[in-house]
Parts: sequence; C-alpha cells; structure tokens
Amino acid sequence: MNGTRVAVLGAGIVGAACARELALAGLEVTVVDRGGAASATTSHGEGNVLVSDKGPGPELELAQLSRTLWPQVLAGVAERSVAAAHAVEWEPKGGIVVATTDAGADGLTRFAADQRAVGVRADVLDAEALAEAEPYATREHTAALHYPEDAQVQPAGAAAALLGDALAAGATLRTGCEVLGAVTRSGRITGVRTSAGPLEADWFVNAAGPWSGELSARLGAPVDVRPRRGDVLVTAPLPPMVFHKVYDADYVGAVGSSAGDLQTSAVVESTRGGSVLIGSSRRRVGFDDRLRPEVLSAVAAKALRLFPTLAGAAVMRAYGGFRPYVPDHLPVIGADPRLDGLWHAGGHEGAGIGLSVGTGRLLRNLMLGEPTDLDANPFRVDRPAVLGTTARSVSEESP
Amino acid sequence: MTHRHVVVVGAGPAGLAAAEAALSAGARVTLIDASDRPGGQYHRMLPEAYDAARPEVLHHGWRAFDRRRRRVLTRPRCAWWSDTSVWALERPDPERPGPPRVHVLHGPVDGGGRRRLTLDPDALVLAVGAHDRVLPFPGWELPGVFTAGAAQALAKGERVVVGDRVVVAGTGPFLLPVAASLLEAGSRVLEVLEANTRGTVARGWSRRPWQLAAQAGKSGELAEYAALLIRHRVPCRTGRTVIEARGDGRVEEVVTARLRADWSAVPGSERTVAVDAVCVTHGFSPQLELPVAAGCALRTSPGGEFVEVDADQATSVPGVYSAGEITGIAGAPAARAEGALAGWLAAGGDPRASALRPLRRGRDQGRAFAARLARAHPIGAAWSGWLRPETVICRCEEADYASLCRAATRPESASARVAKLETRAGLGPCQARICGPTVAELNTRLSGAPVEPPAEGLPAPVPHRRPIAQPIRLGELAAPSEPAADGSAPRHL
Amino acid sequence: MSPRRVRAGSDAVGRQDRPLRITVDGEPVDGIAGQTIAGVLLADDRLAWRRGRSGAPRGVFCGIGVCFDCLVTVGEERDVRACRRRALDGDVVTTQSRQDAEPAPGTEER
Repeated sequence: MNGTRVAVLGAGIVGAACARELALAGLEVTVVDRGGAASATTSHGEGNVLVSDKGPGPELELAQLSRTLWPQVLAGVAERSVAAAHAVEWEPKGGIVVATTDAGADGLTRFAADQRAVGVRADVLDAEALAEAEPYATREHTAALHYPEDAQVQPAGAAAALLGDALAAGATLRTGCEVLGAVTRSGRITGVRTSAGPLEADWFVNAAGPWSGELSARLGAPVDVRPRRGDVLVTAPLPPMVFHKVYDADYVGAVGSSAGDLQTSAVVESTRGGSVLIGSSRRRVGFDDRLRPEVLSAVAAKALRLFPTLAGAAVMRAYGGFRPYVPDHLPVIGADPRLDGLWHAGGHEGAGIGLSVGTGRLLRNLMLGEPTDLDANPFRVDRPAVLGTTARSVSEESP
Repeated sequence: MTHRHVVVVGAGPAGLAAAEAALSAGARVTLIDASDRPGGQYHRMLPEAYDAARPEVLHHGWRAFDRRRRRVLTRPRCAWWSDTSVWALERPDPERPGPPRVHVLHGPVDGGGRRRLTLDPDALVLAVGAHDRVLPFPGWELPGVFTAGAAQALAKGERVVVGDRVVVAGTGPFLLPVAASLLEAGSRVLEVLEANTRGTVARGWSRRPWQLAAQAGKSGELAEYAALLIRHRVPCRTGRTVIEARGDGRVEEVVTARLRADWSAVPGSERTVAVDAVCVTHGFSPQLELPVAAGCALRTSPGGEFVEVDADQATSVPGVYSAGEITGIAGAPAARAEGALAGWLAAGGDPRASALRPLRRGRDQGRAFAARLARAHPIGAAWSGWLRPETVICRCEEADYASLCRAATRPESASARVAKLETRAGLGPCQARICGPTVAELNTRLSGAPVEPPAEGLPAPVPHRRPIAQPIRLGELAAPSEPAADGSAPRHL
Repeated sequence: MSPRRVRAGSDAVGRQDRPLRITVDGEPVDGIAGQTIAGVLLADDRLAWRRGRSGAPRGVFCGIGVCFDCLVTVGEERDVRACRRRALDGDVVTTQSRQDAEPAPGTEER
C-alpha cells in the first residue's frame, strides 16, 4: 500500500488513532484540523476507557478490542518516548457502579449478568468490600459492582501520544486548516478544498467528531451526527478520596437514552493532579456553549449522593464539551456508499477516547482488506440512523 | 414608580462611582463586593475592628472617598452586598439579548455554608479591577517574594509589613506608592528598581506632554511618593531589576541586573543584595473572567487585553457596562469618571446630560494616560532570558520552563489546550490567574503557532476563561439557589 | 527579622487592638481582631505554612485572593484563602500540603 495517500480530517483522538494505524501500515498520511490537534471534544472529556457501561452488542465488542489494544499501543508509545507515554496518564483503576435504589440494584444486577455472559468481569461488592475499595463512598447503597477492566487516560495526552506515533511514522499534521468542500471526479473524492489550499489524496477519513455531520455535508455525503453537550466539574486538588471511576447505576440509562432534555448521573473520579472530576450531564442543545449553573447544580447533587463527604470540596473549574451523537448510539466506521474514497470514523458519543484505538484498527483493516477482529457490519455507514434522516440538517437543533 | 435595577460588581473607585451615578439617575442599585468593606484595592480600608482614629493618613483622597461611601451605602435604593462573590454569570438565550443572570455566594470568604442567590438586573456594571502581573524568575516561588500589591494590602489594610530589608522591583508608577507604604509602616526599603531604561520611561511619558496636565492629581500624588523616597534616601534606579531570588526555604538574597531596553540582562552587571523580602510588579492583569463569562468582547492593546467599551462605557453585550482597570490601566481618577458614566447610562440616564461632559473628558484623559503608561512601562520581550529550565512558571502546579518548552515544540502537543493538560500549567487552584498571560505568551513564542480559531461552540483557549469565577463548595452548588429579594443581604459601612 | 505588625502605640492611624487567639496545627497564635489569618501568621513571624507539590514551602504571594498560595484549613473547611478570611477568636487552623504521591513526569526522551 506504499504510496497510497490518506487524508484524515480531524486531529482529535479518533483521527489520531486512525492516522497512527494507517501511518504504521505504511500509508502516506496527512492529518488536518481547523483548530489545533486534540483541542475540541478530545480535550473536553473525562478520558473514559470503559467496558462497564456497555451491554452485550457491537459497541461492547469494540470496547473489548480497544481495551486489549490500549496497553499494546502504550507500550509502543513508551518505546518512542517515555514522556509521551507518561503524559497519557493511563490508570487501569477499574470502575465501580453503585445503585442507591432497589430498582437500580435489580437493573444493575441483570445488566452485569448479561455482560458476564460475553466475558466482561463484573464482581459483586458487598457493603464491606465497597467500604474497603471506596471508604468515602455512601453507605446508603443497594448494590455495587466492580469492573476491573475499566481504565482512565488524560485524553489530550492520549491523543498527542497517538498522533506523535503517526508523525514519527511519517505522517504530517496541518493545523489551522479548515476543509471547505470536496473535489470529485466521476463519483469519487479526489481532493478537498481547504482554507490553506487544495489537498489531494486517494482516501479521506471523516474524523471530525461532533462536527462530522457538518463536514460530511460539505463533502456532499452527509451523515447524521449531532452534538450532545456534557459538563464536568473539577475540584481543587484533594487528598486521595476517590480510588476508582465511581458512577451511579443511572449512568447506563442516561448513556443509552435519546432524550434531548437534561439527563444527569454521577460519575466521580480523581486525576493524577489530585482534582476530582465530577460528571455528567447530557443535553442536546446544538453547539450552545453557555454555562448553565442549574445543570452544574444537578450534577453536584447527584455526586453528593455517591460521595457525601465531598460536600466541602471546592469546585474550581467547570468545562463542557460536545459528544458526537448518533441516534442509534453506535459509532459510524466504514466506507461511504455514496462517494468512493470517503470513509467515516466517528459518532462515538461519550466513548470516543476509549474506543479510539479499536476504531483505528478496524478502519485500517477495512481499508486494507484485512480480516477484522470483530464484525464491522453494525457500524456501517448505510444504516437508517446514519443516512435515513439526512434530510434533517445538523443545525436543526441549534438555537 | 418602578426603578431600573442596576447591579454593580466591585466597590472600588469605579464601582462606587457607578453606584452613586446610577442612584442619581433614579435606579435601584445592588452593589456587590467580595470584601467586607468598600474601597477596593486603591482605598483598601482598615478593618472595622481596628477602630482607627486617623485612617486618612494612609490614603490619598480619603475624605472624598469617605463621603462618597457614606452617601452611596446609606441610600435606601442601594443594597450593599459585602462578603459576596459572583461565582457565575449566565448568559440569556441569544434571542433575548441582555445582561446575564448574576449568581452570587454570600457569606465568609471560601466558607462552606454561604447562601447561593441569583439576581436578574436590567443592567450590569462590571468594575472588578486588576491585580499585579508578575513575570516568573528563578526563585520567585520562595516565601518572602511578594507581589507589590500584597505588600501594600498588608501595610494599608492590616498594618503588617512584609520585611525589614526590602527591594521593590518591576515596572510602573505603582512601585512608588508601594515603597511609600512600606516606609510609612517602618520597613527599610533598600532600593526601588524600575526595569525600563530611563530612555524608555522618558520617551513614553514625554510624548504629548500637554495631556499630562489633565492628570495633575495623579502626577501630584506620584511626586509626593518620590519626595518621600528621597527623604528616606531610598535609591531609585531605572534599567535594573531582580532576575533571581535565592534562599533556603525563604528569600535571603536577590540578584539584580542592569537591563537593556528589551529587558535582556547585561552580563557582568549582576549584584547580590541581602533581603528579607522582595516586592515585585510588572504591571497589572485585569480580572477578565466576569466580562468573558458575560460574553463581552476584549481588545488587545500594547498593555495587554482589556474589555472593549464604547464612548458610553457599554461593552459588546447589551445592558453590560464596564469601568475601571478592566477597560485599561489608567488609575483611580479615570476609574471614577468611567464608573460615573457607566452607572448613569446603565441606569437609563440621559446620555446628553451636561454633567456627563466633564466625565467624558476625564475618561478620555484617562485613556490617553493609560496609553502613555503602557508606552513608558512596557514589558521587554527579552524578559524570558531570565528563565532557566527548572524555573517554575505555574506556581500552583510547579510546571517548569523546560516542560513548557517540551510541550510547545512538539507538533502533536503544541496546541494551547493540549500543552496545558500535559504540563498542567494553569490548571491549579489559581486557574491561571497568575501564570495565564505568561504561559500564553511563551506557548505562542515557542510553538511559533498563531492563536487557534475556536471551533463552533467551543470557547477560544484564552487564559481568562473561568466560567466558575470563584470557587464554590460542592455542597453549596448542590443546594438550590434563591432569587434575591430586596435588601436580603446585610449592610456594612 | 521578618514580617511584623506595626506597634499600636506608634501607629499613626491610632488604632485600638483587641486581642484574639487562634490555633495553627494545635499551637496557639495571638493576633488582633480584624486581621486576616494570613496577617496573624505573618505578624507571628511565619512566612510560609503550605507545602506545594514538590514539598516547597509557600505563604502569601498576592495578598488579595488571586494566587491561592496561602490556602489553609479553617475548622473543617479546606482551601480557605488565608489572605482574605478574617481571623476569628478560637479559629482552629490546620496547614495544608499538596505533596504528590506520584513522582514528577519522566523527562527523558528515548
């Protein structure tokens, strides 16, 4: 495949992971981004690498593949640069899901049983075990499960590490370069017009995250990816109080829901710097970046149900980001059936950090005609949720 | 009769003048300040508990301030909310443009049980002031290194002096009142060092000298400080500064060096001075988090970024006005003129009122003064030559210069956000208030990259973006907010 | 000598001192009503009371609530800016440390 040119459109973590796989496979890769690398959704999330929040199905398979790949990828990064690997802040700390109602406990227990059937480790924690694992967590719980495979990264550092590998393998990065439209020849995309001039390639990968819908529309092959806003609270540095990624059992429901109005659930974890990150909210408000104190208040109240002892912690920062949301909650990975040479890798909603490395591997396998580690069919582009509603403009929900 | 409700944030010279003018124009005013006493940094008052018989000895223009303070705070239409922090401003829907909802916490500083209140004003005046900008140098994190503002606040505000052998260094006329405060409180000031060369200072101030005449009050004040320094035989030197602080667990000596016009140190000109404290200022950083949260446009000037205002002190956001140091560093007289204009117009006062003419003139003179000040006391580009790889740049996270260089010179991590998350510079408790402008400058210089345009919906990575403008305890945030009723907070004079 | 309070007797402002006492890590420290906690500590010749990530000592830097260098715990409340909080008689102040459990990031490139 030497000599094949690929342009990856979007330098977030998914674009970085795709660029890494393709560059290491010997392709000639150019990564372009209208802003800086990893500056948008990637650096506005929590860095989840989770299997715990996914029920049996294609997304869980992609998560399991990614979870297997992450340590391998990071070992490779460390060979190139110890500092880059350190900046990833890989923490295989495990996740703990806590239910605080009887209904929540029932749901969680059933969910975990289904997960176990497909190879996910989900260990029941009794009250004593939970108190030992998370001494500051609430005692008012009805069920708790430990997912040892869950992990966490510092997402911008992770993206930089993946991108650094790609660049070391010969890829080039162009930032401040906005894609304006496609150049096509007999149903095939042969180039894109950008704010920095034309860019030719054999293949193009749409990895523009929540802006994938807009970008694909500019290229003439729209996919239905929309922004779903989330907000995260950051506390001042604290002595260690939270030792896993701890979240309430409502989180799974919120992730799987399609409601446009506010959904909140508690996700609490500490970072290497000592801050505690507190999520999460889901709102479909277009690209509205306004801070909503009442959303933050709802998130805070949910977090205190899990960790009452955090009431005195000072919140010093809040940030919000936009997840790339697809109505059927599955990523979009594969060739565009309408425009030869265009590929998509996106729509991971809140799971893109964790799923990035599996997505990069899968995309490479599909592009190069290699056998895939899992069935890629559920992620195909020509499914109703992605193409069936393309008449709807992506800006429909914008205020 | 219904009154327009004007919320004024900041009770320093600008905010107090704004409140007074808004009251005169017939508005109902809520005056908010984080401190328990009005006056801001310029008229920092002694604690009530000191029961001082002669507070005026520490202040310029005390009597006028004292009169204004009493006049404003005792008006029935004025609610004085001391001990109140604005922690968030919530912008309204774009189809209903207007001032943001003001979210405040009322109670002891950083206390855990403060009341969370909201206000929905008809107009908002932001007059939140500025703090010292201090450039990093080796050893600046040692105890005993203070900002000039700290030394003054402690001396004026609680009668504590920071040391007995003190060097005051940096740039700008503020060096003089700080040295004067220290002398008044009985410290020995070893020297006052203006980093800019005599040539730079003289050229900056002497352009269009007729404009200076209008600032006679300010010049007179500075002349008094200068006379005091002469009386105490304090050497004042130009073109020299502190490039390093040293000591074991605290500052014990400083290294000063002669500077060229670009602030590069002249090799061989270093001197070591034994000190027990050093006070530093390299100008002022306006506190821009609230204007940025409100959506106000900023302007970039040679002196840094400030809130953009029109001839009526109106910002780019309808119903939001701005006055004082956040619109430009021009001193207290200009701040008062700006505040009075902003308050009057925010209250719906007649923009053609004849009383506004001298205010507009004062404001324009203040702006000219600010421009000269910026020209006479710039930060020289070669200041970063003082830095060593291990020099701390971000005090909170102890991110050093080497780590910034590493992040900024690798293309995959050069973007401001990624570099910030990697080095942690600016992510600590001060939220980049101290290091933000420095890190932004160094990152741009080191990466050679232009500032990135923001993606739709995501804010530009500007150092002043702090949507949570003051820390709020998780328990306070989780509690429901109350819409504020009139006079719902206590009044203190 | 180091930081200190201007003696009331020689203070030109003519103030009336009312003493108060706080404890700092269990040790009694005397101040006067109206002082901030930072003022009380400085006047007691304490220049530093917090430890940063590397363990380096920190005290007051900006003095006006901007730099967060002077944070202390007051009673049960962590992260109180000592330069802005007025001391109250009987305040139980505990010093804070941010020393990392983790080593600093590796710097060597391979």
